[in-house]
Amino acid sequence: MAQVSMTVNGKAASGEVEGRTLLSSFLRDQLMLTGTHVGCDTSQCGACVVHVDGQAVKSCTMLAMEADGADVATIEGQANADGSLNVIQQAFQDHHGLQCGFCTPGMVMSAAALLKENPKPSETEVREYLEGNICRCTGYHNIVKAIMAASGQDVSAIAAE
Amino acid sequence: MYNFEFEKPGSVADAVAALGADDAQALGGGQTLIPTLKQRLAMPTKLVSLKGIAEMQGVCTGDDGAICIGGATSHATVAAEAGAYPALAATAAHIGDPAVRNRGTIGGSLANNDPSACYPAAALGSGATIVTNTREIAADDYFQGMFTTALDEGEIITEVRFPVPEKANYQKFVQPASRFALVGVYVAKYADGVRVAITGASNDGVFRWTEAEAALSSNFSPDAVDGLSLSGDDMISDLHGTGDYRAHLCGVMTKRAVAAAA
Repeated sequence: MAQVSMTVNGKAASGEVEGRTLLSSFLRDQLMLTGTHVGCDTSQCGACVVHVDGQAVKSCTMLAMEADGADVATIEGQANADGSLNVIQQAFQDHHGLQCGFCTPGMVMSAAALLKENPKPSETEVREYLEGNICRCTGYHNIVKAIMAASGQDVSAIAAE
Repeated sequence: MYNFEFEKPGSVADAVAALGADDAQALGGGQTLIPTLKQRLAMPTKLVSLKGIAEMQGVCTGDDGAICIGGATSHATVAAEAGAYPALAATAAHIGDPAVRNRGTIGGSLANNDPSACYPAAALGSGATIVTNTREIAADDYFQGMFTTALDEGEIITEVRFPVPEKANYQKFVQPASRFALVGVYVAKYADGVRVAITGASNDGVFRWTEAEAALSSNFSPDAVDGLSLSGDDMISDLHGTGDYRAHLCGVMTKRAVAAAA
């Protein structure tokens, strides 16, 4: 066991972990931040996406000790300071970008990473960026629409399917 | 996963020392190794992360004009910073998905030498030099079969040098579930000839298609590949495609790469 320390959603967090402890396990089982979901556990599905030092990563495929000293952001830290949904979260609600909701934390974190590096993505760019996030409910259409809307673009021409 | 110790040295020398322990294993971005450990297909006693070694990070241009990439550089960084070699940057930009590209490293990919990975094709197709803590290895000598390389136990890829071609392109026919290359063809045209490296197809891992290289060296056009074919006998055959199908795709993707080369 070894000590690991990091900043999670702006707050200092630390704990004792094994070498094999995954970042997703540390967040969920020790910090009780269960908004980060583990879907496939094989780095395919993207439900576990968090940001480490500003970059989207799959937390099920990173060791907790690799994040020692890092600045980690999870879905729990995405809401506005007053507790209201942030612009991406609100857009997912407005445009029905989720059904069962299991993939949604990863989708929102990937969307946030995309919009940070590309504030006005095209529909194609959104779909390409979501290559590593799998949704079994929506068919992606309304997720893409929500992200386009969150970027401030007019989505009225994107028909619901 | 079986448990292991974790160590994150700050220099190549410290990493080499740490890897001297019995059953120690280097860890790049972990995008292959961690899933492998989860399957209990490996049981290292210690993982030595190479991510904390500053001298193994980043992209620069060497005195001879070659693009030099630190062994621990992520695919995302290569995609963003290797603009002097556009085909290489584009190849890096289409490995895995964005989250995987933020973690996975060029050294990790080349050390693993997955038979369907993209970077082995780029390195072999470019005649790159694999620089380790002890020596420099030409790509032609480096790749020695599926998951097999010239690396010795504990040897670390510190840098990869890519000579910049006149034109190059990588065409990947993705396996729709894994997004790995079902067949990927890297074509690079240098002043002294054309190189064609193919990943995803052969049971022996990445290889050069020398007949296509000869034809393209005298006539760099898609038509030059007409009439050439590879045997499907030694190609990977699985539920995603037969060996013959992959052999056929080699020709198709080579033509597309030549047509798109810029």
